[in-house]
Amino acid sequence: MVPLSYYLVLSGILFACGVTGFLIKRNIITIFMSIELMLNGVNLSFVAFAAHWHTLAGQVFVFFVMVVAAAEAAVGLAIILAVYRTRETLNVDQVNLLKL
Amino acid sequence: MLSVHLILFLAFGAVAVAGAVNLLVQRHPINSALSLIAVMAALAGEYLLLGAEFLAAVQVIVYAGAIMVLFVFVIMLLNAGVEEQTKGSRVAILFGIPGMLLGSLLTAWVLLRHSGTESVPAGALPGSPTEIGWLLFHDYLLPFEITSILILIAIMGAVVLASKHTSPGGGPAQKVKD
Repeated sequence: MVPLSYYLVLSGILFACGVTGFLIKRNIITIFMSIELMLNGVNLSFVAFAAHWHTLAGQVFVFFVMVVAAAEAAVGLAIILAVYRTRETLNVDQVNLLKL
Repeated sequence: MLSVHLILFLAFGAVAVAGAVNLLVQRHPINSALSLIAVMAALAGEYLLLGAEFLAAVQVIVYAGAIMVLFVFVIMLLNAGVEEQTKGSRVAILFGIPGMLLGSLLTAWVLLRHSGTESVPAGALPGSPTEIGWLLFHDYLLPFEITSILILIAIMGAVVLASKHTSPGGGPAQKVKD
């Protein structure tokens, strides 16, 4: 028997790692992977709550999160391809056309 | 007294956290992608512990399989090299690492202090594909159909964005140099 809070702490740690990766990484693909890490952390807390409250609704929501993540990955990676094609860099510091 | 459930939870959790930290430490995107796959496989194990067998299978097939293959494919297509260090990245590390530690500690403290000690029973939830499918096609039919439209739009968007000539004037896409 594992307390619910352990699952939530693990989920929180994964989410914090995702936020940190989003902040400290300069490669646009790694930043995108950090977003996936955050989504995974949230999914774990969804499943833990679903098991805790004995309802399957949480698992269905994880299913929807996965669908949205798949759509996001497809569109996001296409955008990365387009950015690379016009800017020829993956470094977010050099994609600064909107900067004053 | 450590139960088998707790030992498995700690083992999978250790793999997940190690993979997540490795994702931050590695400088090459392909190493980050491989450690993210390790995180996803460990999370599939956690889902199995929670009784969500359908989600564990979907996690491995869709996340670790399809989405990460897409990532690795793009990394290799763009020939992404080692990440460059810039002034911005040093500032981000300066604020990002303490921010992560603070956020993790605060979350852990609040959760361990306020959420009590109710346990999640191992495999107590019927997470079989039959039950999930019944729920998906009865109670959540409208969201399910809407996500299918979302997927369709995402496919078209990906094709349009990734095609060679995307400039609105019809001519070839212009190179932007500064």
